[in-house]
Amino acid sequence: MSPGAGDDTGDLVVEARDLQLRFGGVTSLDGVSLRQRRGEILAVIGPNGAGKTSLFNCLTGAYRPQHGSVTFWPSSGRPAELVGRRPHAITRLGVARTFQNIRLFPALSALENVQIGTEVRQRYGAVSAILGLPHARRAERDGVRRAGELLDLVGLGHRTHELAASLPYGEQRRLEIARALGTGPGLLLLDEPAAGTNPAEKRDLAALITRISGTGVSVLLIEHDMTLVMSLATSVTVLNFGRVIAHGTPGEVQRNPAVIEAYLGVADTTGDAAPAGGVDAGTRKELR
Amino acid sequence: MSAPNVPGQPSPANPGDQPDPVRGVPAGAAPDADTMALRRPPAQSGAARPAGANPTDGPAPPPRSPAGDSAAVGRGAPAGGVAPGGRSPWHPAMLFTPARLRQLGALVLVGLLAAVVTGPTGNSDEPLQAAWDSIADPRIVLFLILAVALWVVLVLWAELRGVLTRLTAPVRAPVGAAYGRRGAPIVLNVVLLAIAIIAPQVVSTAAQQSMVTDIGIYALLALGLNVVVGYAGLLDLGYIAFFAIGAYTTAYFTSQSAMPWHAPFTLNPFFVFPIALVLAALAGVILGAPTLRLRGDYLAIVTLGFGEIIHLVANNADGITNGARGAFGVPHLSVHLLGLDYTWGIDPKPYYYLLLAIVVLVMIAFGRLERSRIGRAWAAIREDEVAAEATGVATLRLKLLAFAIGASVSGFAGVMFASKQFFNPQSFSLQASFFVVAVVIFGGMGSRLGVVVGAVVLQGLAFYLRDKVEPADRYIYFGAVIVIMMIFRPQGLVPSRRRRREIELSEAGIGSADSLGSAPAGGRP
Amino acid sequence: MGFLDQFWQLTIDGLMVGSLYAVIALGYTLVYGVLQLINFAHSEVFMLGSFGGLFVARALLPGDGSVPGGLESVGLVAIGLGAGAICGGLAALTLERVAYRPLRRRSAPRLAYLISAIGASLFAVNLAGKEFGRQNVDLPDLFHNGTVFKLFGADVSTQSLVIFAVAIAMLVGLDRLVAGTRLGQGIRAVAQDADTAVLMGVDVERIIIVTFIVGGLLAGAGGFLYAMTFNASYSMGFVPGVKAFTAAVLGGIGNVRGAMLGGLLLGLVESYGGYLFQASYKDVIAFLVLVAILMIRPSGLLGERLGRAA
Ligand SMILES: Nc1ncnc2c1ncn2[C@@H]1O[C@H](COP(=O)(O)OP(=O)(O)O)[C@@H](O)[C@H]1O
Ligand SMILES: [Mg+2]
Repeated sequence: MSPGAGDDTGDLVVEARDLQLRFGGVTSLDGVSLRQRRGEILAVIGPNGAGKTSLFNCLTGAYRPQHGSVTFWPSSGRPAELVGRRPHAITRLGVARTFQNIRLFPALSALENVQIGTEVRQRYGAVSAILGLPHARRAERDGVRRAGELLDLVGLGHRTHELAASLPYGEQRRLEIARALGTGPGLLLLDEPAAGTNPAEKRDLAALITRISGTGVSVLLIEHDMTLVMSLATSVTVLNFGRVIAHGTPGEVQRNPAVIEAYLGVADTTGDAAPAGGVDAGTRKELR
Repeated sequence: MSAPNVPGQPSPANPGDQPDPVRGVPAGAAPDADTMALRRPPAQSGAARPAGANPTDGPAPPPRSPAGDSAAVGRGAPAGGVAPGGRSPWHPAMLFTPARLRQLGALVLVGLLAAVVTGPTGNSDEPLQAAWDSIADPRIVLFLILAVALWVVLVLWAELRGVLTRLTAPVRAPVGAAYGRRGAPIVLNVVLLAIAIIAPQVVSTAAQQSMVTDIGIYALLALGLNVVVGYAGLLDLGYIAFFAIGAYTTAYFTSQSAMPWHAPFTLNPFFVFPIALVLAALAGVILGAPTLRLRGDYLAIVTLGFGEIIHLVANNADGITNGARGAFGVPHLSVHLLGLDYTWGIDPKPYYYLLLAIVVLVMIAFGRLERSRIGRAWAAIREDEVAAEATGVATLRLKLLAFAIGASVSGFAGVMFASKQFFNPQSFSLQASFFVVAVVIFGGMGSRLGVVVGAVVLQGLAFYLRDKVEPADRYIYFGAVIVIMMIFRPQGLVPSRRRRREIELSEAGIGSADSLGSAPAGGRP
Repeated sequence: MGFLDQFWQLTIDGLMVGSLYAVIALGYTLVYGVLQLINFAHSEVFMLGSFGGLFVARALLPGDGSVPGGLESVGLVAIGLGAGAICGGLAALTLERVAYRPLRRRSAPRLAYLISAIGASLFAVNLAGKEFGRQNVDLPDLFHNGTVFKLFGADVSTQSLVIFAVAIAMLVGLDRLVAGTRLGQGIRAVAQDADTAVLMGVDVERIIIVTFIVGGLLAGAGGFLYAMTFNASYSMGFVPGVKAFTAAVLGGIGNVRGAMLGGLLLGLVESYGGYLFQASYKDVIAFLVLVAILMIRPSGLLGERLGRAA
């Protein structure tokens, strides 16, 4: 019973095949393949430096892998090859992302940050904007309204006109999610969205992700917190040293010896020095 | 972001999330939590984190204070490196700290330099004579006094500012309140417009009146360059080349005699506006499309070369452009339409009013552009290009758009310029490009009102210096203006609020303020 | 006469000029290496060094207009080079202090550095024009310039030999400096990764300053060679500056050996091209080369980055 590995591609939303990514001597991805079904929440876990973010970067066009391909099935229209496309084109196809180290537009307001996302699908150009043509004005109004809705969705309705840089950390994370949602994605990639948030914020985040998933958006999630992964993910892919070492339901993965080895192999022998951070202590416990 | 891919070497397009290979820990080899602590942003609350996370990795924690609150973010200290002191009680000994004395030394040097700059002109037979004469002149006392006075002001700045704040408080509060009121900016704009309308009536001599039209031309040029520098965060050093394209296009189409090379028919200059606009934009696209995909500073040097080539051709191609003699006899602008018959003649005033109308229209147009999705996308590109791409902004196309819009405004201004009847390639030198850059920087990049003010002040300075120094020597002052602004007031005289915030935030390590890539490496002193 | 008849002469001339480009290009490449920044005012460092060397050498020439010979010539060239280098070094130091350091201190955005450098360049060019006049300034001959020997039928003049020898000596010296000394190690460390260099105890601030100075010394000495061959003028920096920059990009900006290779190649291309097309458009060739490289291989022939160069 390996979910997501069914042979019919009919309900897949994304499939990566044999991705290889090298930086000089460092191999970040070494033949990574991955499948995600539409509507599914797939978690990618793995130790730091395993290549999770690199995988995201390959999926979103920020990096171009030396080898391999990525197919994306938009909610409407024909499947598209992502490798070789520029990031903005991939976003327009319906793959949105957040960054591990939050990257907002710091001097723009929360609303404007999200607006930029919503404007991906707008078509009016410079001339219409200058002349203030009706369709441009309408698009503008729609963008503002949609952005406002999304801010409400992530619980930032009260922050509309504040600068992104002035928001507290946890809110910046949610703002980034709202901005990504603004682009109207079929697939949302979240890179450690819970990093640096407190338990209450984590619960809110889990609820938010569930809600997003409920609107039909497939979510691909990098996360270290196993509690969160267990409560959210339909299936889990584990990376280590740039390879997929396991795939399955959260339960299966948790019992997988290779996974336990990957997480504990070195850390165990070095003893207690390692996991000062709460997250990893948690990860470890859960994995046992 | 996209250096084309060299095989076997993925473009490090998005280093944001990634450590460099030299400092990256081999994947998985090290205990997870250790490396994670290096990468994770420090937690704001909740789970305990190892203290003292590595300062080089991870983002700076976001500031809690509203970023508009500028004073908090690292402002450069004045030349000596001493930040105006805190609230500590003042004491004469404070004047003679090493840093203060260094500051004084620097100011004295600047005073000497200023004396040389304003002193007599030299020649190569006695290369240092002029500089010596400037320094060994009684005038030097004045410069030294000024330097010391400036030093005293800087030293006492904290106190002075306190006094000033107290003195002006009764005035500033109501003015601030009035300005904050709805519609106040409109009132301000109307007042400024009224001044602009009255100005040529007040200035008397013909020379002054022609200066006023020059201001108009440069204001237009600056508004165009502002789209490139201020909105898209790029640098175009060959900007004046498009101006030249506009001017020569006009000569080509409107006159059989202005240049050896001309169209088989003649057009009214008004019809040349669209042609020049399109040609200049096209030239901009041809130049920008291949260059813009590279690192941003290459654009600067490629445009520099382009500007120089256009100037070279204009100056040397006697058989086409009439070479250094320039084009003479381009007809004035005129309207013959529906019984309306009007020609803009020798009198610069009607010409000025036409320019004023155009400048105002362009300001309104670019204001709308700035507030549209396109303006927001430009802001996104400046502040974080990688995030902008990931949010679906076609960064390349938008940069190209800015570049083309800038070029077309420049071409448009070229038509205005040419239809004053006479021009020669001197007006299209590299230095003229730099002058427009100076105008934008001085006024405030990204600020429409700012760049127009910049044009007024710097063109005014140019005019003032006209009888005092050699024409070419004026560029010494413009160069100094650029450097001084960059050191002390990078946001310009009348800053755009957003641009100022971007500069402050980027200097505090949050986001960026241009689209040339990450800030230069190297430690802070 | 056909191109082939002229081939060797053009080659020799091209190498001579190219070695000058290489010397100037090193300044761009070094600064680029440590700051990832095009030093737009480097051409003015070259110009000021050129004037410095020229004025000092001219002051030491015998007043009667006779051409010195023998050791006297050697001494004059050496002093001129030294004076040029010192002026160049001082100019670069001042430039760094005034136009760059205040911006570095507050980590200004990149655009600010470019603009500041342009302002400094505008200032320096026109101040030089004001102080030294706006005509070309010639340096009287410092030695008898004759044909030393013939190479494949082409004349190799004393002048081209001197320039080539000095330039190559400087290039080799710099290469040794970067590859083989502690200072060079520091420069490479900063070029690789300034943040890590700080952690490893490298004084980045000092390295940056020294890098500017080294680039300035080279450009100043190169400026003197240039003035010896052609002449000096307040606006002389621009064209060689753009060409040297092209050379740096051609070789791979940030790459020391690349800059050398790029300079020599560009000199050759220009020399051949100037013969085949038209001498007055010679300057356009360099620009076209620049655009072509940027289009085809922006990382240059040897690839970017100082860290990898040696
Ligand atoms: N731009 C880059 N340059 C060099 N090495 C990189 C780059 N991006 C990723 N890597 C390397 O790839 C490996 C995987 O990194 P990453 O994908 O960030 O891991 P994770 O997100 O799982 O923690 C690391 O060893 C890292 O050093
Ligand atoms: Mg990661």
